[in-house]
Order: sequence, then C-alpha cells, then structure tokens
Amino acid sequence: MRKKSLFYSLMLHGGILIILFLLQFILPAYHHSSVSKIMILASYAIGYNFLLGYTGLMSLGHAMFFSAGMYSMGLGIYYLDLSPMNGLIFSFLFSILVSMIFGSFALRTSGVSFLIVTLMFGQTFYLSILYFSEFTFGHDGFSLGKYLEPLFIFGKEYLFSDPGIRYNFALLLLLIYVLITTFIMLSPLGRILIAIRENESRTQLLGYNVFYYKFFALVVSGTFSGVAGAMHGLLFSYIGTTFAEIHHSISPLLWTLLGGVGTLMGPLLGTGIMYYLIDFISEITKNYLLIVGLVLILMIIWFPMGIMGTVRKKWFKWLP
Amino acid sequence: MLNWLNDNGPLLFLALLDGTVTAFVLALIALGLSLVFGVMRIVNVAHGELFMLGAVISWFAFDFTSDPLLGFFVALIFAPLIVGSISIFSERIVLRKINYHPESTIVATIGLLYVIQQLTLMYFGPEARPVDAPFYFRIQFPWFGYSGYKLIVAGMSAIFLLGVWFLMKLSKLGLYMRATQQDIEIAKTFGVATDKIYASVFALGGGLAAIAGVLIVPIRQADYLMGLDPLLLSFIVVIIGGLGSIRGTIVAAFIIGISDGIISVFYEPTLAKMLATSLVAMVLVFKPTGLFGEVQA
Repeated sequence: MRKKSLFYSLMLHGGILIILFLLQFILPAYHHSSVSKIMILASYAIGYNFLLGYTGLMSLGHAMFFSAGMYSMGLGIYYLDLSPMNGLIFSFLFSILVSMIFGSFALRTSGVSFLIVTLMFGQTFYLSILYFSEFTFGHDGFSLGKYLEPLFIFGKEYLFSDPGIRYNFALLLLLIYVLITTFIMLSPLGRILIAIRENESRTQLLGYNVFYYKFFALVVSGTFSGVAGAMHGLLFSYIGTTFAEIHHSISPLLWTLLGGVGTLMGPLLGTGIMYYLIDFISEITKNYLLIVGLVLILMIIWFPMGIMGTVRKKWFKWLP
Repeated sequence: MLNWLNDNGPLLFLALLDGTVTAFVLALIALGLSLVFGVMRIVNVAHGELFMLGAVISWFAFDFTSDPLLGFFVALIFAPLIVGSISIFSERIVLRKINYHPESTIVATIGLLYVIQQLTLMYFGPEARPVDAPFYFRIQFPWFGYSGYKLIVAGMSAIFLLGVWFLMKLSKLGLYMRATQQDIEIAKTFGVATDKIYASVFALGGGLAAIAGVLIVPIRQADYLMGLDPLLLSFIVVIIGGLGSIRGTIVAAFIIGISDGIISVFYEPTLAKMLATSLVAMVLVFKPTGLFGEVQA
C-alpha cells in the first residue's frame, strides 16, 4: 500500500512539474509571466504550509521572512556589490538567522498568542524598514535592474528579466521546495512533525523534545519564505515595503487554506486559483480584496480542508 | 534638566495632553476588544473596522443633517446601534458556524475585515472626509491654544468607560456576562442563555468601537483605512493590560496612549509604534498573563 501510494504521488507531482515545464513553450507572453509569478508565490506558500500544514502552527507574520530574504538580497547587492548568486546565498543565511531569532522567542507561545506574537513581530519588522528608510529606501522601495550582473549559461549571456530565465528559475525553486518537503515528510522527522500537529502533549509524553522539532519546522518554513522573497526580488527586480505588510502575511494563509492545508500541491493550486481570480476580478472592479475576504470566510465555514484536502478525504487517500 | 524643561516644557505638556486624549479613546476601543476576548475567548480582528464604520456613519450623519451638533448626537445614537447590529449579524452567520474556534475565528474575522473595508470603499470612496466638530472653542494656555473639543472627547470617553464598568458590575446583564466569562458550563446550568450573552457581548464590543469612531472623527477625518492602526494599538493595550481584565485594559491604554504621544512628538510616530509592537510581542512571550492581568484558570 505504502509503495503504491508513493508511486502515485511521484507520478502526480512529477507530472505536474513536467506540465509546468512544458507549459512555457505554449503559453502566450502574458500568462507566461503570470505563471512565473505564481510559481514564486506558490514556493512562498509551500514554505508557509510547512509550518501550518505539517506542524500545525498558524503564523500571521510570514511577510517578515519573505521581506527579510528580499531586502537582504537587494541591499546586499546594492551596498556590498554582491553578485546575484552571492546575494541569494546571503539572503539564505540571513533568513536562517531571522527565523532562528524569531523562533526562539515566538515558540514559547502557542495557539492564539502565537498568532498575535507573529503578527506583532511582522509589524515591527515592517515598521523598522520604514524607520530606517535612509538605508532601505522606505515606502518607495527600489529597483534592482541596473545593479544585477547578467548570468552566463553555456557561454551565453542572459538577463534576469528575461522571461525564459524567470520562468525556469521559478520552476527550479518550486521543484527544490517540493523535493525537500517530500524528503522531509517521508522521513521519520516528518512523522514526528505530524505527530506534533495531531497531538502535541502525547508526542511530548513519548519522549520527543517538541520544542526542537517545532523550531526546526519554523526555521525551514522561514528560510523557504525568505529565499522565495529573494527570488521574487531577483526575478522581478523590485524591492518594496508592500511585501512586508500584513496583507502579504495573510496571502499565503489564504492560498494554503484554499488549496488544502497539509497537502503538497495545495499551496500551488490555491495560489494559482487566487492569482487568476484576482486578476480576473480586478478587470471588473478595484475592490478585489472584497473577494479575498469572502473566500476566507466561506472557506473557514464550509471548506476548512481546502480543495486538495477534500479531494484526499473523499477520493484519493494517497495524496500527500 | 531645568533648562531642558524650560525649552521643551510646552511641547511636553502638549504631548501629555494629546496622549491623554488618545488614551481615553484607545481605552474605549480596547475595552470592546477586551470584553469580547474575556467573555467569548476569541480575538476579533475586524474590531478596527467597526471603529472605522463608526467614523464613517458619523460623516453620513453630518452630511445628512448638515448641522455638526445635531449630526454628532444622531451619530452617537445610531452608530453603535448600526454597528452593534452588524456585529450580531456576523456573529450569527459566521462565528457561530465555526463554533468560536479560536484560530478559525481569527481567519474568519480577517475575512470580515476585508469585506467591511472594501464595502466601505465601494460606497464611501477612497478619500478622507472631514467632519466639523459639534463644539468649537479653544482653551488658551500660556504657550498655546488647545482645542476644547479634544477635552470633551476625553470627558465623554470617561463617561462611557464608567458606564461599561457599572454595566458589568451592577446590572444583571453584566452579572451574566461575568458568569459566562468565569465558567460557561456552570453559567449554562444556572439558566444563563449563553448564546444571547455572546451576541450581546459582541454587539457591545462593536458598539464601543463605533462610539470611539464617532468621537474621534472631528479630530481626524474619516477614511476607509483608518481601522488598522487602532486595531493594532488596542491589541497592544489588551495584551499588556492582561487579556480580559477591564482595569488592566484601561491602565494599559493610558501607558500606551501617553507614551505614544510623547515619543511621537519628540521622536517619530513610526518609532513609537515599533517600540509598542515589539514590547507587546515580548510581553506575550515572557509574561502571557499581561503586566496587570490576574492569572486565569
């Protein structure tokens, strides 16, 4: 049974990723760039889901990680003349550091307090970007375009704003995240994380140090989000405070809830649906946030498991 | 020190005055949030939007009557009624459905926040609209004149705060609310209709926020985004004061309101907010009962 389900899920995810790879050759330019964006944002949502879906901790401060990654990459390139790749590595290390500091405080709380602590830390981070605006360019943000060195692949020169580069880097990031998540969740470590989600005190009674596992999950989640933020900054060459606002912490929550909490492909599906829904609605009205609100309320009342969660429960038990 | 006071004394006095006015209004908003949390054990993220609705209704009342004084009193009566009904309505159709589950409630009220905010944007528009003060006079201090209306705001807030306190301590409804807060199962056994208590607490909380909105709107204009800052500030107040404790909430409102006033005048509003948000996170982490909260079972 286990082997069979492993095979199915491998087929499914491999299939989705291959389809995403092939899509770039047939999509018209507009959707081509939309899908690139969706894949980056979905990577962010996968990071978010790692904490919410697999460990059961709901955060309202993930925009902090996203923007920490984004700003450390951007400011590193701007002030320290880093190359784009070193900028990514720098933001990777910085995200780990931020997640560790944040985790060692926030994980002392749980439930509603955890939500509010994450919200407050996120807000503090946002405000400090504004406060140090001489260094971070405050509300205006800044464009990275002219500071980025071009990439050399097989002797050819590419810019980061090149659509093909954008698409394939986004896909690569998504692929890495899916692989790491699958790998962790199939390992004994993943089982313990799920045990914590299902029953924290029992896991503790079994002799596991719950704090360390939660800490691990939070650092992975924060680092995923941070690197996704850095990638977003790199590929769309804009760094700004909108990515640190509360809205940007709520978005991955919405995407994950819609797609299915604790499912591997849920975040991708949720992000895709919401992106196109908002895209479609904003042609009619500017008040797309109204729809965001309605979707949140309807989801939480009637559809708490999300799309993939419901599909898993009703039809395909093997869905990861 | 004396020299510094000589130079900055008036400024400090102004900061203290402004801080006190802020503190009174903040106490009113935060008290609503605190009551809802205390009795129902839920966090209402849409609370700031109810405050904003109060301000917006006040503008409509002013626009409709085109008389500041009459409009003010119309708004003072109708804003809490309308917002209270909206609260009861959303409590019925949303919160009850999810059984007041703490985390789901937060998600649902975030949804509510967007819905209220965007509906206001659609019917009220994106621009900030001023409302004339119902009373206009200035109090002349040796260094500067101060708007008398601001002091009236502080006074009226104090009256409403006292009103809530009496309601909680002396009335039957207050008794039922406190009983529900202490132990909902036992309250039920004694025949308290806890679902009606829930609805009235939620309405009361919303009504208080709406009143605060009506009071504040002549000082700062009404716009559809004005709910976020008071929401965060009242979170901060409620948490520092101890979740669910009325006395703690009011004390904390003064600490936050006045220090916010002083830091904003002498440094920068952003710094004041930064310090407040990080302080609250630290309080939650290291002293979850709040600085003045009683330990609750």
